[in-house]
This record gives sequence, structure tokens and C-alpha cells, in this order.
Amino acid sequence: MNAPLYRIPGAPTASAPQAPVAEAAAAAPAEPRTVNQVLAESQIEAVMDELDRDLVGLVPVKARIRDISALLVIDKLRRSLGLEAQAPSLHMCFTGNPGTGKTTVAMRMAQILHRLGYVRKGHLVAVTRDDLVGQYIGHTAPKTKEVLKKAMGGVLFIDEAYYLYRPENERDYGQEAIEILLQVMENQRDDLVVILAGYKDRMDTFFQSNPGMSSRIAHHLDFPDYSQGELLQIGERMLDGMHYRFGPGAQQVFAEYLALRLQQPHFANARSVRNALDRARLRQASRLFADRDRPLSKDDLSTIEVADLRASRVFAAAASTAH
Amino acid sequence: MMTNPTGRITQGQFSFLPDLSEAEITLQIEYGLKKGYAWSVEYTDDPHPRNTYWEMYGMPMFDLQDAAGVMAELKECRKTFPSHYIRLMAFDSTRGIESIAMSFIVNRPAKEPGFGLVRQEVQGRSMRYTVHSYATDAPEAERYSG
Repeated sequence: MNAPLYRIPGAPTASAPQAPVAEAAAAAPAEPRTVNQVLAESQIEAVMDELDRDLVGLVPVKARIRDISALLVIDKLRRSLGLEAQAPSLHMCFTGNPGTGKTTVAMRMAQILHRLGYVRKGHLVAVTRDDLVGQYIGHTAPKTKEVLKKAMGGVLFIDEAYYLYRPENERDYGQEAIEILLQVMENQRDDLVVILAGYKDRMDTFFQSNPGMSSRIAHHLDFPDYSQGELLQIGERMLDGMHYRFGPGAQQVFAEYLALRLQQPHFANARSVRNALDRARLRQASRLFADRDRPLSKDDLSTIEVADLRASRVFAAAASTAH
Repeated sequence: MMTNPTGRITQGQFSFLPDLSEAEITLQIEYGLKKGYAWSVEYTDDPHPRNTYWEMYGMPMFDLQDAAGVMAELKECRKTFPSHYIRLMAFDSTRGIESIAMSFIVNRPAKEPGFGLVRQEVQGRSMRYTVHSYATDAPEAERYSG
């Protein structure tokens, strides 16, 4: 009964062997043979140059990204010659202090992996503990799976990943999320890349209590803190991006500000620089606002003056400790 | 007249074609995702044409970028219900449409007994007709087992 009584259009029959498939394979374009061919094909160089140009400092991170790209390029060449190897595991862990560029690099990473054909879509899904862990029994698994499904074909970026594991509460649902995560990281390696991010010391304790997670992550990238010169460079780029610029002497004052700010607690690298600049913008705005009858030129509107920076609390605190 | 000449029920898209391969299903899912549809997996063991709403396997999957997520869900469903009918449905949430845009069967039982026509005599010589699925003669868990 199950075998149809007439031929279904398109159904394979005994008289039509699989010949067309073989012909199609023979007609396929020539496989790449040199590194340059792969690079030209994937346009990976453009992203790498952008990475070098746009991101200040981070030398060890950039070096590691170059290594990974080289491996993927060579892998592609090997495959074209029939040298099969299991796809390398590219799950990563980014550790570093706040504001060292972990999220930014993760976004670039997704692009690079996409250009090299390692992930199919190249989008980044950024989540934290709240997006993975549920609030009651049976809530965690569907929630984690939903996030994983959304990240398929791209990169799943778990910020503050150490919060997933809470040793002080043995009934915490985080463990469940970790187990599902591990399973997918192992079995669906081709479908997504997981990047964990967090502070160095806390991630170390996280890995100590989850050895399974540690062994499944091949690349541990440590993001160093920025030096003062790098921070100044970052600040200038940020200003440039917002169409502001430093007035005469203001850059010098900003360098002084950074030197003082670096000695204070809770310094969050690039994020602190951004906040400082945002506050300077506020002061610039109220300075211009105070003078109501003055016609404002484009220059006035886009210049951060020395006074805007000098008014910072950091200078006041430094002055009070000096006396 | 035969109600079921191919021995296969024909509902939704591609149902006159041979079963889609995994790669073909993936391509269809990709097409739907590119259109912005949300895929969902449904199953049933009662494929009566009027049985519109099948059981949902998990939630509809919104905001997906890649077919791998749907395929993983389908794999799970096949493992749980190896000899049920399973279909994939694509929901188009565009305002004014808000309806199913694609639907096709991706899993069928090995043996599909099909449907019979039931005649009922009423009020003298009048006849009433209805379509009856042979499979539903067996209780729920035992359909399509042998």
C-alpha cells in the first residue's frame, strides 16, 4: 500500500542513475591553492586591518586573532586538497578588566569567523546570566535552548559568565544552564562559537569549579589594561567619532586628568574615558547655554575647552589631597 | 475510486513529492528565515484533513538567524515521536498577514492506511458522508505501530 501505484514526479527511479551529480562536481570552480587566494576570497584582510586600525593597543589579543585566522585559512587549503581534519574548536574566553574592549573584539571576531566561513551567519548574540537562567524549576532549560537557537550560525557572547555558577546556593539553576551549554558546545561545534567574558580572577574560580567548561575552551585571551598614552588615543578617537575636538591646551589637560584618574579606584579603562568625555560634553553644553545672546559657530559647538575638563571632580580631589 | 492512491497523505507544501532530504529541509527553513518567518514544529497521529491544529513541539522559534536551531528541534521531535506525522510551520508576523505562510510534512509513519468514506443513511433515503481515518480506529498510543 505504501509504494505508490504511479510514478511520483521527481522520484528517483532505477532508470535514472546519479550521473548528473558527478558531472556537477567536476564542473565546480577550481579550489583555492594559495593563502592569498583564500584571503582574497574571504576579504579577511580588510577586517584584520580594520581591527588593527580601530582598536588601540591590545597587542596580545590581536596576535592571537591573527593566529586563529591563519589556522582557519590553512585549514581551508588543507580541505581543498582532501586533508580532512576535525573542525577546530573555537570557543573562547575573554578575560580582562572592565572597559578593555572584550565586547568590541567579540563583535569583530564574529565578522572574521564569518568571512572565513567558520560560522554561517556571523551575528553576535550578547547575553548575561538573566537571559540563560530561569526563575523556577523547568524554566532554565527552555530559556537556555532558546538563546542557543538564536545564536546558531553565529557567536554567543556570555558577558560576566562567572555569574552562571553560584557556589553559595547549591540549588541554583545556573548549573543546569552550564550543562546544556556544554552539551551544545561539544556537539554542535559547527553551528556556533561560544565566547565567555569576565574578570580574570572570577573567571579563574569559575573554571576551577567547572573543569568541563575549561577543557572545552581552546582559547583563553587576556585583555591587558590600557596605558595612559593608549587611553588618550582612545579618548581622541571617541571625540572624533562624536564630532567634537579638543580646544587649545585641552588635550594636555585631558592627559593630566587621565594620570590622576588612573590612581583612583574603579577605573574602567575605555569606559571611564567615555564617561569623562560625556561629562565634559555636559559642562560644555551648560557653558554655552549660560551665554544666551551669543551667536554660536560650528567651532564653538564642537570644541571642548580646558575649562570643561578642569571642572572635573578628579582635579578638585587631587588639589585637596595636595594641600 | 481510491481516496489514497499514493498511500501518502497530501497536506501542505511538497506533499506530492518524495520526502525531502535533510539538506532540502534546511534550504526551505533558510528561505523562510530570510523572509522573516518564525518556524515551529508540530506533530500529530491523527492526520484528518479537518484536524487543523496539531500538537506543538516546543514554542515557535522567533528571531532565529540560522536553520540549525530549527533542525535541532526537529531532530528532538523525531526522536520523541518517530512514527508520528511531524510538520514544520512558518509564521509570518507581518501586520495584516499574521498567519502561517509555509507548512510541510517532514516525518510520516512507515505505513499510512489512509481514509475511508463512511456513509450514513438518514431520514429515509437521504445519505450523509464523512471521511474517516483508518489509523484512528486504534487508540492513541498504538496508531502506526505495526
